[in-house]
Amino acid sequence: MSAASPSLAGAGPAASPARRANPAPWLLVGPGALMFLGLVVLPLVLTVILSFHAYDHSTGIKNEFTLAHYTAVFSDSYYLGIFWRTLRIAALTTLICALIGLPEAYILSRMRDPWRSVFLLVIIGPLLVSVVVRAFGWSMLLGSTGLVNQTLQALGFGSVRLLYTETAIVIALVHVMLPFMVIPVWTALQKLDPMVEAAAWTLGASRFTALRRVVMPQVSLGMLSGSLLVFGLSASAFAIPGLLGGRRLKMAATLVYDEYMHELNWPLGAAIAIIVLVANLAIMLAYNRMVEARARRTLG
Amino acid sequence: MHKNGPIALIFHGLVVAFVLAPLVVICLVAFTPENTLRIPTTSFSLRWFHAIFQHPDFVASFVNSLWLATLSATIAIVIAVPAALAIDRYDFPGRGALNALFLSPLIIPHLVLGVAFLRLFALIGGTGSFAWLVATHVIIVTPYVLRLVMASFTGLDRSAEQAAMTLGASHLTVFRRITAPMILPGITGGWLLAFITSFDELTMSIFVTSPATVTLPVRMYMYATESIDPMMAAVSALMIALTAAAMLILDRAFGLDKILVGQK
Repeated sequence: MSAASPSLAGAGPAASPARRANPAPWLLVGPGALMFLGLVVLPLVLTVILSFHAYDHSTGIKNEFTLAHYTAVFSDSYYLGIFWRTLRIAALTTLICALIGLPEAYILSRMRDPWRSVFLLVIIGPLLVSVVVRAFGWSMLLGSTGLVNQTLQALGFGSVRLLYTETAIVIALVHVMLPFMVIPVWTALQKLDPMVEAAAWTLGASRFTALRRVVMPQVSLGMLSGSLLVFGLSASAFAIPGLLGGRRLKMAATLVYDEYMHELNWPLGAAIAIIVLVANLAIMLAYNRMVEARARRTLG
Repeated sequence: MHKNGPIALIFHGLVVAFVLAPLVVICLVAFTPENTLRIPTTSFSLRWFHAIFQHPDFVASFVNSLWLATLSATIAIVIAVPAALAIDRYDFPGRGALNALFLSPLIIPHLVLGVAFLRLFALIGGTGSFAWLVATHVIIVTPYVLRLVMASFTGLDRSAEQAAMTLGASHLTVFRRITAPMILPGITGGWLLAFITSFDELTMSIFVTSPATVTLPVRMYMYATESIDPMMAAVSALMIALTAAAMLILDRAFGLDKILVGQK
């Protein structure tokens, strides 16, 4: 036994991770990396190429280079209207999520433990329920004979047309996106020492001042990353506008689906999808810059 | 620590009501004996749950989704665990780029991924194949698994591994007997999260499924855009029940807040 140990101990450092030109990590990541190159990078490149192909309604996709789809999207008021609606709905959803999610996360963080875990579960649990299910639930609530209209009528207000309006889309999107706002704010609040807020009170700060000067600066980073997530996901949401917006109220994602499945104009659909992707990445980069600049300022 | 005031508690109550309202309404309407989407008040019935089984396409889609989620979550583990090991333990050129590549499906909208897969499959003739559908779901769920496994690596005490190595254990033995059991919570949590994500996925799948491989969410979406009857509520109620069960397991075993919140 003892004779064997020196040689094995010698094998230890030789296998140490930091060694150069070690094939081990390549063998470990290789299969996954190949799969991701083939199924993420390659299809995206093919889609970019597709978006520059000419399309003819009778002959289909043609092997000619054209910028027509991009110019069409940026000059036709029909497409611009849909993009504008998408941006407007995503921005409004983000704002409402922040207005609800921020206080809610703060209230959650001040609860005592059985309730705190139970309600955290209630708020973020629906994240795991399929979006189709949640959209369907809202279409029942907001329909002309739905619970919301029944309540309004019982209270003496007339019935309101909610389903197939932008309001319905925003309500359901807020419902779906709220956990994405609560989670990062909650995480930021967890790192905050409650004694710091108490110290501000002791030093004579009002509750509002303590919130504004002590809690908010700590939480704003969480809120920024939450807003980024909510905006990106809302702008590319598909099931909610599909089920609650009807055929008429299209957003970017449902527009792409229609171009692909009903109009069969794949190159145009590809061009819109690429615009959605680029816009998403650009907003994310800009936001990241902002978050980093803020972090640098707070850290000094 | 101060308690929440009455205004805070009212606000909280409203938020909880808002969050639960659609789910509760679905579960109530699912038991209606009538033909319309009304909350039953006098009598309850299971007729719409029976109706699901009269629709063989819904049952087929459900089975299809179960297989799809099981296979893609399992393959994602097989890909993500070695990848996480390499990214966490080794310093090699391209490490950061590979990490970004593995996490990229999280920032690419599913809509764009769906369109991209559709183009690839149209060119290589993979449209409508179940195997290719599994591959697309593997791409979507692997980042979630990778993140959880990476998180369990960072909290790991390396001294047990070094001790085993010193005592003469081979790399494989160390991984099998020491590392794997220690990261097992991350792996199981990742598997379940991947399963649920795949089982619920709609936006990407709607582009790449064919009539033979339609998943349950896609089937439900198609059904809901054409006709709305209480059967949709019954199917939805079953999905909520299934998700709640998975959620409770996840919560009991690992703490749901850690899995959904903890990406530290």
